[in-house]
Amino acid sequence: MLYNVPLITVALLALIGLFTILTRRNLVKILLGLTVFESSVNLFLITLGYREGGIAPIYTGAPSPFMVMPTVQALTLTSIVIGVATSAMLLSFAIVIYRRYGTVDTEKIRRLRE
Amino acid sequence: MNGDLIVQNAPALLIAVPLLAAFSMPLVGRISRFARNLWAVLAMGFTAFFAAVLAYAVYTTGTVIYVFGAAAPHLAIPLDSGGIPVRIVFTVDAMGALMELIAAIVGLSVILYSLAGDSGRSRLESYYTLFLLMITAVFGMVSTGDLFNFFVFLEISALASSALVAYRIDHGRAVEAGIKYAILSTLGALLVLVAVGIFYGQYNFLNIAAIASRMQYTLLDEIALALLVGALAMKAGAVPMHFWTPDAYSMAPSSVTAMLVVTSQASLYGLFRVIFSLYNITLNASTVGWIIIVLGVLSMVVGVTMALPQKDVKRLMAYHAISQTGYMLLGVGVGIAVLNDPAALSAFGFTAMSGGIFHIFNHAMYKGLLFLTAGAIIHRVGHQDMNRMGGLGHTMPFTMVFFIIGALAIAGIPPFNGFASKLLIYESVFLFNPLLSIIAMVVSVLTLASFVKVFHSIFMGPRLPEYTEAEEVPLSMLVGMGILAAVVIVFGIFPEVVVNVLIEPAARALVDQGGYIAAVLGGA
Repeated sequence: MLYNVPLITVALLALIGLFTILTRRNLVKILLGLTVFESSVNLFLITLGYREGGIAPIYTGAPSPFMVMPTVQALTLTSIVIGVATSAMLLSFAIVIYRRYGTVDTEKIRRLRE
Repeated sequence: MNGDLIVQNAPALLIAVPLLAAFSMPLVGRISRFARNLWAVLAMGFTAFFAAVLAYAVYTTGTVIYVFGAAAPHLAIPLDSGGIPVRIVFTVDAMGALMELIAAIVGLSVILYSLAGDSGRSRLESYYTLFLLMITAVFGMVSTGDLFNFFVFLEISALASSALVAYRIDHGRAVEAGIKYAILSTLGALLVLVAVGIFYGQYNFLNIAAIASRMQYTLLDEIALALLVGALAMKAGAVPMHFWTPDAYSMAPSSVTAMLVVTSQASLYGLFRVIFSLYNITLNASTVGWIIIVLGVLSMVVGVTMALPQKDVKRLMAYHAISQTGYMLLGVGVGIAVLNDPAALSAFGFTAMSGGIFHIFNHAMYKGLLFLTAGAIIHRVGHQDMNRMGGLGHTMPFTMVFFIIGALAIAGIPPFNGFASKLLIYESVFLFNPLLSIIAMVVSVLTLASFVKVFHSIFMGPRLPEYTEAEEVPLSMLVGMGILAAVVIVFGIFPEVVVNVLIEPAARALVDQGGYIAAVLGGA
C-alpha cells in the first residue's frame, strides 16, 4: 500500500490538472491546470526510477555492484526544462491576449470564430 | 573518404546544422538583411543536401544508424552494457528517409519563398530562428530511434510552431490560434511522455527497437498505445481532434502554414512508426486498423464538408488538409487491418499502404504549393476573404498557373501526383471494402467542386478597381512555388518510377519490424 502512495498522488494530480483544463474558463487557470498535469507526469517518471535495494551509480566506495541507471532522473530534468519553456511561452501568449481583448475568459476570446 | 564521412554523420548534421544556424541567426541578423537571408538559405540548403545524401545512402544500402557518443554505428549496444542500448540512436530507414526528403524539399522552397514573401514583417531574425527550429524538430522526429528523444523533438516542434502561428498577432487573433495550438500540443506531448514512462517502467528501455523486440502487449502496453494514437492523431489533425487545425493553419503566415503541414505529417509518421515498428504483429490488428480507418473516413468527410462553406481562403485549404489526411489514414489503416493476414496483405493491403504513404509525400507537395499561392494572393490583396477577391488572373498569371496545378493535384486529376496516389488507394481499398472506396471518390469530387469555386472567385471575372495595382509576386516567391509545382508535375507523370524507387521500399521498411530491430540490435 505504502509503495502505491506516489502513484495514487500521480493519478490525483493528473485528474485535478485535467479537470481544471476542461472546466475552467479563465485562461490563466487553464494554464495552471496544464502545469499541474505536467507535474503529475514528472512525478510518475521519477516514481518509476525507484528500485528497491538499488543504489545511486556512484562507483567510489560503492557498497554493492547493483546500481540503478539514472535514466528517469535525466528524463524528468529534461521534461522540467521543457515545461518551463512551454509555461513561459503560454503565459506570454496569455499576456498578449489580455492586452488585446481586455479579458482572459475563454468564452469571450472568440474573434476567430466570427 | 570525405564522402563517407558526410554519409556517416549525415543524421547528426541534419539536426546540428539548422540548430546552429537557428541560434546564431539573431547575431547574424545584426550584420545586415542580406547576411541574414543568406544565412537562412545556406543553412536550409546544407540541411537539404545532407537529407538528400542520407536518403540516397538509405535507399541504396539500407537502414542507416547513427549512435550519439559512440565511435562507430555498430557500437549501438556498448560491449559492457549487457545488451542494452544506453545511447541515443538515430535510426533512419526508407520510411524515415522519405519523410526527410519531404521536409527538405518543402523547407527549401518555403525558405526561398519567405525571403520576399515575409520581408515586410518585423523582427525577422526571430522568425527565421523559430523556422529553423521547426525544421530541426521535423528532422529529429523522423530520424530518431529513441522514444524519449521523439518526445523532445515533438515539444520543440510544438514550441516553435505555436510561436510562429502567433507571430502576426493580428489584433490578438493569431495569438488566440497560437495558444489553442500550444495548449493542445503540450497536452498531447505529455500524454506521449506518460506512454514513454509506461514503456520504461516495464522494459527499462527507451530505444524503439529494443522495446519492440521485447514487446509483450500487456494491458499497460494497450494503454500506452491508446495514449500514443490519441496524441499523435491529434497532432496530425485527424477528426475528431482537428479543431485546432483551421485556426492554426489560417492564422499562421502562409510560409509557416506550408511547413505546419509537414510537421503534421511528421506526427503521422510517428503514429505509423509506433504502430508498425513498436507493436506490429503483437497488436490486435483488425481493431487498431479499423480505428485508424474510421478516423480516416471521418476526417475525409468532415474535412471536405466543413471546407465547402468557408469564405477565408486559408481556412478552406486547412479543412481540405484535414480531409486529405483522411486518405493517408485510410490507406495505411487498411494495411494495418490486414497486417496479420499475409495473403490479404500482399493482395491489396500493401498497395493500400503504398498509396497512403505516397499520398503523404504528394500532400506535402501540393498542399504546400496551395498554401504558398494563397500566401502570394494575400501578399498582394491584403486580406483573406475570397468574396472580396476577383479578377486576379489578369495580373498574377504565374500564381494562377501554380494554383491550378495544386488544385488539380488535390482533386486527384491526372496527370498530377494526387491522382497517382489516390488511384492506388481507390483500387486497393475497393478490394478491402467497396463502400470505403466509394466514400473516398465522393470526397474527391467534392474537393474538386470546392476548388473550382475558389478558383473562380479569386482569379476569374473582370479586373476589380481596388486591385489594379496588384501585380505578380517577386521572383523568389515564384521560385519557391515553382520547385513544389515541378515536383507535383514530375511525380504525376512518372508515378510508377516513383512508387518503385521511393514509396515501396518505404512501405516495406514500415511493415518489416524484424529488419528495423535487427538494424539497431544487430541480428536479434
